[in-house]
Amino acid sequence: METLEQIKNRAELAARGAKIDIVPNPGPSGQSSLLIDNEHALEVAKFLRDHAALSFDFCSNVTGVDWLDRTIKKTTKVKQVVDGVEKEVDQTTEEKIPGYLEAVYHLYSMKLKHGPLIIRMRAANRADAHMPSLTPIWRSAELQEREIFDLYGIRFDGHPDLRRILMWDEFVDHPMRKDYVPPDDFEWEPTPHDEVLARAKQHYPPRPQQDGAEKITAAPQS
Amino acid sequence: MSEGQIDEGLRAELQRQGVWVTSMQELYNWGRKNSIWPLQFGLACCAIEMIATAASRYDIARFGGEVFRPSPRQADLMIVAGTVTKKMAPQIVRLYNQMPDPKYVISMGACAISGGPFKQGYNVLKGIDRYIPVDVYIPGCPPRPEALLHAFMELQRKIDEQKLSGAGKAEFLKPEQPSEFPVPAFGEHDLNPTANKDVYHPPNLERV
Repeated sequence: METLEQIKNRAELAARGAKIDIVPNPGPSGQSSLLIDNEHALEVAKFLRDHAALSFDFCSNVTGVDWLDRTIKKTTKVKQVVDGVEKEVDQTTEEKIPGYLEAVYHLYSMKLKHGPLIIRMRAANRADAHMPSLTPIWRSAELQEREIFDLYGIRFDGHPDLRRILMWDEFVDHPMRKDYVPPDDFEWEPTPHDEVLARAKQHYPPRPQQDGAEKITAAPQS
Repeated sequence: MSEGQIDEGLRAELQRQGVWVTSMQELYNWGRKNSIWPLQFGLACCAIEMIATAASRYDIARFGGEVFRPSPRQADLMIVAGTVTKKMAPQIVRLYNQMPDPKYVISMGACAISGGPFKQGYNVLKGIDRYIPVDVYIPGCPPRPEALLHAFMELQRKIDEQKLSGAGKAEFLKPEQPSEFPVPAFGEHDLNPTANKDVYHPPNLERV
């Protein structure tokens, strides 16, 4: 398989105006991915499938990710003149990254036996997240895009049958979002601990009236 | 001597003379307990254990329960084998309602009892006993086939003890007792209602 940079350059040439970024993955797997802008995603996907040297004809997995707003602290060494002497000083900068919803596709080529190529799309608007559906390119994405719609609330434009798939139709929220608050239906827990204990305590009946005996302390030793 | 019971000494005496005596209740319960037909459905991994119980190695046929019926109209026993999701719960209650009396329920595994490892989640029912009455609970994740057989024998014992007449007669013979229970509706976040108050009686927490 070609390197990610080569694929990126090819795709940008094929789909005019497409903005593709490489999202590095510093983990042991080293599976870096391509972030594709939503406007040209369909065009780029079609190119990835149809180009003879790439032939990503199989979309094995589609999944959603919810990234909340986060701040990243970066420490850099900066040369500064302190009291007339040049010193290296650590400077901490905070970078605020606004949250977004993400869809991740894992592509393989059955014909050329290579892969995976990982592509991503992002939507910043949580209330009304839209992305182009890649189901017209890879049919196997159909049910998984429905699952992302159900659990993360991303609307896939161009999807042939965008309905809830796991939750029932009357359900209103998207339960896999990180800010989803399930209804407080605590009932009874024999051995609560940690988070469950904190939740259970809110439902405990109040302590019975104390009779004053608990305030008696041992007499001071002389 | 209670109704429907025969003096053991008299029975032994009669048997010695070649007369076999029984009561309607004993005969009826003997027949019922040895031909419990379970409803054929599975929900999760517990169903695999249930299938193993029905297969030759564990062989539930030894207890008369090998006839898994694919229709609730012909079934006596519902084995709730596995995780009951909130989406599936109304169908389970509906299947229970379609079974003819007398009917029994075995709640198999941690999930069917209480929701198990998914109890704190958003999508799993916290125990099927919130909507239908359960006769035997089997703990385990999943319970082994021996445990299911034990539950089956426990149920047979329970059936054997049921009375057909008198004040303490079985619940299913009382016309005022419900044999169907309301099917919960899908709500915006949870099932509506979240439990049937007439069926489900959770332990009351008291602080001392």
